[in-house]
Parts: sequence; C-alpha cells; structure tokens
Amino acid sequence: MAFDRREFLKVSAGVAGATTLGTLAGCATSSAPAVAGANPKVVIVGAGFGGSTCARYLKMWDPKIEVTVIEPNDKFTSCPFSNTVLAGINNMEDITFGYDHVKKVVNNWVQDTVTGIDTAGRTVKTAGGKTFGYDRLVLAGGIELLFDKVQGYNAEAQQIIKHAWKAGPDQTGVLRKQLEAMPDGGTFVMSVPMAPYRCPPGPYERACTVASYFKKAKPKSKIIVLDGNPDIASKKGLFLAAWKKHFGFGTADSMIDYRPNNMPRSVDPKKMMVGTEFDDVKGDVINVVPPMRAAAICAMAGVRNDSSGTWCPIDFRTFESLTVKNVHILGDSTLTNFPKSGSVANNTAKMAASAIVEIFNGREPDAAPVVTNTCYSATGMGTAFHVATVFRYQAAKKADDGKVTPASMVAQKGGGVSKEESELEFAYMDAWAKNVWADTLGLPENFNYTVKG
Amino acid sequence: MKKTLALTLLVAGTLGAVASAQAVDARARFMAANCAYCHGPDGKSRGAIPSLAGLEKGYFVEQMKAFRDGKREATVMQKHAMGYTDAEYEAMGAWFAAIK
Repeated sequence: MAFDRREFLKVSAGVAGATTLGTLAGCATSSAPAVAGANPKVVIVGAGFGGSTCARYLKMWDPKIEVTVIEPNDKFTSCPFSNTVLAGINNMEDITFGYDHVKKVVNNWVQDTVTGIDTAGRTVKTAGGKTFGYDRLVLAGGIELLFDKVQGYNAEAQQIIKHAWKAGPDQTGVLRKQLEAMPDGGTFVMSVPMAPYRCPPGPYERACTVASYFKKAKPKSKIIVLDGNPDIASKKGLFLAAWKKHFGFGTADSMIDYRPNNMPRSVDPKKMMVGTEFDDVKGDVINVVPPMRAAAICAMAGVRNDSSGTWCPIDFRTFESLTVKNVHILGDSTLTNFPKSGSVANNTAKMAASAIVEIFNGREPDAAPVVTNTCYSATGMGTAFHVATVFRYQAAKKADDGKVTPASMVAQKGGGVSKEESELEFAYMDAWAKNVWADTLGLPENFNYTVKG
Repeated sequence: MKKTLALTLLVAGTLGAVASAQAVDARARFMAANCAYCHGPDGKSRGAIPSLAGLEKGYFVEQMKAFRDGKREATVMQKHAMGYTDAEYEAMGAWFAAIK
C-alpha cells in the first residue's frame, strides 16, 4: 500500500475534524480547558534541537494543532560542530541558521522571553507583556548554567571567561578570538562539569579540536583539562587514543594535561586563575563550564522537581511531567538515562509530538516506544568516532514482595562506540550535522550549507 | 474553518476505515522519524549517509538483517539494527518504501 504524505495529512485532518464534531457547539461559548477544542493549542518554549523539531512534527502530523513557539533568540546556533569553530575549521556563520522554515509552518512565532507559567490556568506570560493559553505546554529550554556555584564567576568575570557551552557569537565566537590572540607557548585552561551535563563527549572533543589548532598555529602551547569527574566521562578509549596519536598524550611533550577530580571551585579573571580543591591553575585563556540544571522555565512550571531540584522527571512514553499535567519537557532538561545530546533532543521531540497528536485525537500513545541516540565527536584531525544506542521502553514492574521497579528506557544490547577514529566517520559526522539541522529547522533539500566537514 | 467543516462532514461517514489506517501508522511513523537525524527528514539525506526514501521494503529489511548479523560491514548500523525486531524492520521498510 503506497501513500504519500499529502494523502496522509488529508486523512489525519479528517479525523481531527470528526473528533471535534461534539465540541463545535461548545466552541461558540467557552470551551472547557480539560477538552482540547477544534484546534488544540500547544505552546512550545525554546526552539533548539528539541523545541524546533517538536513544532515541525506537530504541524506535519496533525496540522489542526495550533502551535505557538516562544524563543528569545533570532537565530539558531548549533552546539554540535561549535568545537570546530574553536579550531578555526568553521566560522560562526557556518553553524548559524535562520528560523524561516519553522516560522513558515507554525501558527505563531514569538521572539520573546517567558517570565511566568501558570499550570493551573494553563497560561504562559512573556517579558513583552503577552499571555498565551495552552492545552499542552512543551518546555524545551535546555540548561541553566549555575555561575554562582563557582566563586568569582560574576557578570564581570563572565566578560573575560567564557563557557561556550551554549554556542553563540558572545561565547563560541569570543573564545575563538581569545584562542587566536593567545601567544604561542600559552596555556589554555578548560573544564569539564560533573556528570550529568549537556553533551558528555563535548569537553574532550574540545580538547582535541583546540589541540589541532595549536598543533598547526602555536605548537608550544598547552591545554590543561580540569575535569570534575573521576575519569573521562565519555568515549574514554577513543579520546585517549586520539590524544596519544595526534597530541603526544602520555609523553613529556603532551599538549594535553588531563587532570581528573579537579572541579573548578573559583575563578579570578584579574589573575587569570582557576581554583580547584588542590591547586590554583593559571591560564592565558580560561574556559570554565559551570555546573548546570534544567532551564529556568522548568522551575516556573514546577517541573524541575527531581530529588535535588535539578532535572525534570518525565513519563518516557509522552515526555509529560510525572507531576504536572499537560506539561511536556524535552531534551537536556529531562531526568533520563539518555545522554544530553542534540540527537536525543531531536528524537525525543518527535516522540513527544507523536504522543501529543495521539492524545489530542483520543488515542493511546505508543505503549512501548523505541528511541535512539547517535553522537559523533571530531578529533580536529579530519577524523571522528561515535557512540550509538537504541533504547526501548520498559513498563514499571511490581515484584511478588511488592517492590516496584520504575518504568525505564533500557539500552539495548549491541550499542556502544566506534572501534577506532576514521575519516569515513568524519564524513558521516558532517552528514549527521546537515541532516539533523535539516530535520530540526525544516531546511529544504537544496539548502546551501557552508560548513566544512 | 469552512474547509474543516467540509472535511468533517466528508469523513464522518468513513470514520471506521480512517481509524484502522491510523492504527497501523503512528508507531512506524515515529520509528522511521528516528532515522532522520542521520538519514535526513523523510529519509532524504543531505550528505554522505545514504538516503532511505523510496528503498524497496524487501531490500531495507534484508540490509537491516545483514547489519544485525554482521554480514554487511558498518560503523553505526549494527548497533542500531540490534535494537529493533524483525517486525519493526518490516514496519520501517514499508514506511520508507512509501515515500516518494
């Protein structure tokens, strides 16, 4: 049986119409909030890999849904590939995209910042003074960085010390300029936050790509990696192999000086110093990524409510908050065993979109969803490697003794990392980036990418 | 609004047929969408990773089995293939075969 998407959309619009028959009369007066109206409203806060993907797929899978996206930035800047900007392989423009193709398909695009969420009244307020009602709210705000957990990392220090963990001209762009201005023989001090954090392999990839730049442009320079974790937190064997192969790791001439159990506790931008429990480490360029938690909008909605108030517990089938009805959380903000990656944000956004469409149409969401992660890291030397995992939903179980095992997403057998770095995998990493950007932002097939893979 | 009403009336009589068509689709549709971040939206790749759109279902299923069993060399695909069932290969294969 062949059907194309246009046919499919017709069918789904028809069903949507049918289910609204009963509520059409009610529409003329005021619709009860518990029942989604003729055009159920979804408000999505944040248009990164999660929010933007969710918006597009909601409209694709059920065009009758009225989708509003609220996003403070006027452009999308990709965190994946931003480490290649630090290496000078790409420029900021190559990883920056407009929202034109998402704006075209949603009902309302609002460039604004959310200042309040009322989950009882189902409204969202913005700094611009607007209020938006919703049937379902999707929070895709990523992470909030906790500068006050690092002594001295105040607004003034943030002018000099960049985290570059939310890519943008003021972060990635400035850090690149600092690295370019650093004299040969200088020291770059960078940090790795305590897991779980956004993009587990990202810091180790950053050490690679910056080292690749130093190797070419300022070979006497050093990189000190201050890792809060007891060991390399992701793709350990592959990063160690790459550091050895390309940057002399393990020898007296190693460009990379890796220090586990060294969480930055303080920064001093005047002395250009990072303090750990053991040391004061001096650098010519300092890049400290502070601890993080789910985005502030999650706290506004009361869903940042795991035991430490850090992440958002969700139902894995729908990504709805376990405690607050009609609020779904995507991507890095969630409490899951998924890596906090762009791939996961993109895929789980579709999972949530699929569930929301099913719910609005009076059907049960997939009872046992399957979802995947694939994440590439670049060495900066023309090669890359990956980790890939398939996760399957497993319902909560009650044993004979009454002990309950909560529902989980089980990593399937066979998942894992590359055997070794390769040029082929860098070509795949390049294709992954172009495809995930296209899928997230609705970029057309003839889109002219400028990124160099 | 007029359009919605017209569609509503049109479909009201054939709701049963529509509902059964729907029931088959949502899961395959999401599983296929899972592939998009590497293989492109609708399986139409923008880079070195192969497209999936329009592949014959039988070919798709055979390749997934070959990846799973290590008979076709791969970087990531054995890891993905091992996570799905044969029935899921079929469902995804049917989905991609139907994309023009």
